[in-house]
Amino acid sequence: MDLISAEKLEKMTSMEKIRLILDKVKNGKIVVLECGLTSDEEVRLIEMTMTEIRVDEFSGIEIESYPSKKEGSFLDKIFGRNLKGRMTVIGPANQLRTIEKDKYQISTKVSVGE
Amino acid sequence: MGFISNLKESLGAWIDRIFKKKRAKIGLYGPPNAGKTTLANRILHDWSGGESMGAASPIPHETRRAMRKEGVVIHANGSSIELDIVDTPGMATKVDFKEFMAFGLNESQAKKRAKEATEGVIEAIKWLDDLDGVLLVMDSTEDPYTQVNVVVIGNMEARKLPLLIVANKMDLPNAAPARIKAAFPQHAMVQISALEGSNIDNLYQAIAAHFG
Repeated sequence: MDLISAEKLEKMTSMEKIRLILDKVKNGKIVVLECGLTSDEEVRLIEMTMTEIRVDEFSGIEIESYPSKKEGSFLDKIFGRNLKGRMTVIGPANQLRTIEKDKYQISTKVSVGE
Repeated sequence: MGFISNLKESLGAWIDRIFKKKRAKIGLYGPPNAGKTTLANRILHDWSGGESMGAASPIPHETRRAMRKEGVVIHANGSSIELDIVDTPGMATKVDFKEFMAFGLNESQAKKRAKEATEGVIEAIKWLDDLDGVLLVMDSTEDPYTQVNVVVIGNMEARKLPLLIVANKMDLPNAAPARIKAAFPQHAMVQISALEGSNIDNLYQAIAAHFG
């Protein structure tokens, strides 16, 4: 399992983040992102995952993050501050399975590869 | 030429305002088997002379190509809204052909369906760039906290586009729309059964209010 810090993610472009995640997940790693991805990056990650699905090799990803918080404060809007992504866990679909998820907790089961 | 076309546009907008008739391109999004195509068929049945958008099936990813129906006029709340309805393939983060074999497809059929399903997900994502709003269809009997729901909602919030959550399958005994409302309290939700048509008038009123 790899835990990737917010500092490292902040220095990466969206494409670099997506490539890093997919390379790790395709190698059987579970990736935990301290500050997650933006909603646009999550969509691009799903899109890229679809292009890389191969029969008997890679069936996709399991990705879980919390729902977005309510709208930012008045000051956030005034200063154009975006809400940052939230902690996210991503893994191979055949190894990571979400057991339960709610607003405050994500419970997953990880199967160790044979 | 420019002046005349501008005048026509202004006049058209003015007439639309007077008669409260608006036009919006709306995408039906959601996980596979949430009932998107059943809802699209219901809307067309009610407002477009009984046409149908496509076939619905218990096998996931039955819709693997986005389908669009233009010019569906819905009357509600004393006004009209003209919709271009886009029924999109189910969004997913994984597609495993073995899942389709459990529904009786042979290996070759299942692999073909899986390939088309991945293309369908990409197509659904591409459509997000070209919409005025989204009806996010959720299965009321399922856990609402799926990543597909989280991603679609996050994306529409980031784009500042209107979103209406449709809690579908209210005809089933284990439907629990309150879970959906609790998960995404910041968005309007209408509970319906697209299959039986129950509460569908409330959905049309919400569509007119949201996208009109």
